[in-house]
Amino acid sequence: MIDEQLQVLSSVVASQTKLHRRFGGVVPEVASRAHVQQILPVIDEALRLAATRLEDLAAISVVTHPGLVGSLLVGLTAAKSLAMLLGIPLVPVNHIEAHIYACRMQAARDVFPAIGLVVSGGHTNLYDCPEPIGFELLGSTIDDAAGEAFDKVAAILGLDYPGGPAIQRAAAAGNPKAFRFPRSFLREAQRLEFSFSGLKTAVLYEVAGTPPAEYDRKALAPQYVADLAASFQEAVVDVLIAKCRQALAARGRKALCVGGGVVANTRFRERLATLAAEDGIEVFIPPLSLCTDNAAMSAVAWELLHRGQTAGLDLDVAAGLVRKR
Amino acid sequence: MPCNPHRPAPSSPASALLFIAPDEDATSRLGAALAGVLESGTVIALVGNLGAGKTRLVRAVAEAAGVDRREIRSPTFVLVHEYEGRWPIYHFDTYRLHDVNEFEQLGAAEYFASAAVCIVEWADRVTQLLPTDHFRIEIKTTGDTSREFRFSATGPKSQRLVTRLAEALGSTRP
Repeated sequence: MIDEQLQVLSSVVASQTKLHRRFGGVVPEVASRAHVQQILPVIDEALRLAATRLEDLAAISVVTHPGLVGSLLVGLTAAKSLAMLLGIPLVPVNHIEAHIYACRMQAARDVFPAIGLVVSGGHTNLYDCPEPIGFELLGSTIDDAAGEAFDKVAAILGLDYPGGPAIQRAAAAGNPKAFRFPRSFLREAQRLEFSFSGLKTAVLYEVAGTPPAEYDRKALAPQYVADLAASFQEAVVDVLIAKCRQALAARGRKALCVGGGVVANTRFRERLATLAAEDGIEVFIPPLSLCTDNAAMSAVAWELLHRGQTAGLDLDVAAGLVRKR
Repeated sequence: MPCNPHRPAPSSPASALLFIAPDEDATSRLGAALAGVLESGTVIALVGNLGAGKTRLVRAVAEAAGVDRREIRSPTFVLVHEYEGRWPIYHFDTYRLHDVNEFEQLGAAEYFASAAVCIVEWADRVTQLLPTDHFRIEIKTTGDTSREFRFSATGPKSQRLVTRLAEALGSTRP
């Protein structure tokens, strides 16, 4: 629930509430049946926390892409029903673009034009964002997302899941220059794409040899793991920062909006601060609650609503990312 | 289905086909050959460890089938990607799933029954939910950039694909 001044009146994430416990352990987005069971309680809870009634709503926003068709359809059907019953506009939102808009919410002032980077378990996307809506995708990962690389390298190193915090903890005691890992497309300024699969495989080769042999993940020496984690993390951050710089230069932008769960990484934050200071760039980072997946960042719906970008009840989901419709 | 007496029985090890790719370019050639023989309704089971090149092979097939290259990437987090090419491609990844039930809940059966090419990464984790007749590809890391691909059939339809792939590779082998 977000008001027109972009204040979050309430934000409910089903997987973080007691509603979710009954489905404990399930990869949440798989369970469209669980979505069906949870969507009404989540809406009720959001209304209750915001002390608002359904009748007071001005519009309903809903994510139509990207995501799993089954899960998206549950949300879309609920949103359409509410829009029809209440006679209010239905506003379709792109989930990844909403991650960038979270920066606008946090800043409480205009942050555009900007370059946007969304970096999470499922996405590593760079956008040019001339305005609050209508972002141009400059490039994305051609294989693994950055967050996915953290998880998989954590698995290779025998560290916990999720890999982001585990790698960061291990890296704290490690030497980021201990291993020279690949940094894909680092010097190809025109190529605003990412590739983290080769980096993941390079870590595996270092640990298990080439071709990889069986090894005991739990028997790796702590300092070895720390050095590998630090060197891996530095390689990922080097690439993320370099591609932001290249995109900023290519489009002549002076602001950078970053979103997605990988923003929680402290080394990445340090390097973003350095970039801001060295290049004279304004860097916007939302609070963690708006970085991980949430509905509040759909506040971008107000921008769409003001521009008349609403949808009819024949609105459909688009599961793919850059699918032409 | 007519039976060819000169062919080994489906799913016997003798029906398998091997392809050695010294580098990624060879994987791209393999992808093109595969895209040339696949037909909608095929389910491909991809088996191989982390870093073996499962997503890389899917990229090669999808690009050769005309999919926008920017759309192709690892589905580990999103669980399934949909691509539009010569046929629709559903690109699955079971890495993050806890058990076969979650794969079932994902709607695997409906995807498999559609007129698309379905490619499943980490398919060995959900073997019991795959169609009886599926096309199995095992990838083994043999060196820094070299990979060994082993193609095998589990039924008459996939056997036909193995045969056609062998012919296609025979005529394009470097």
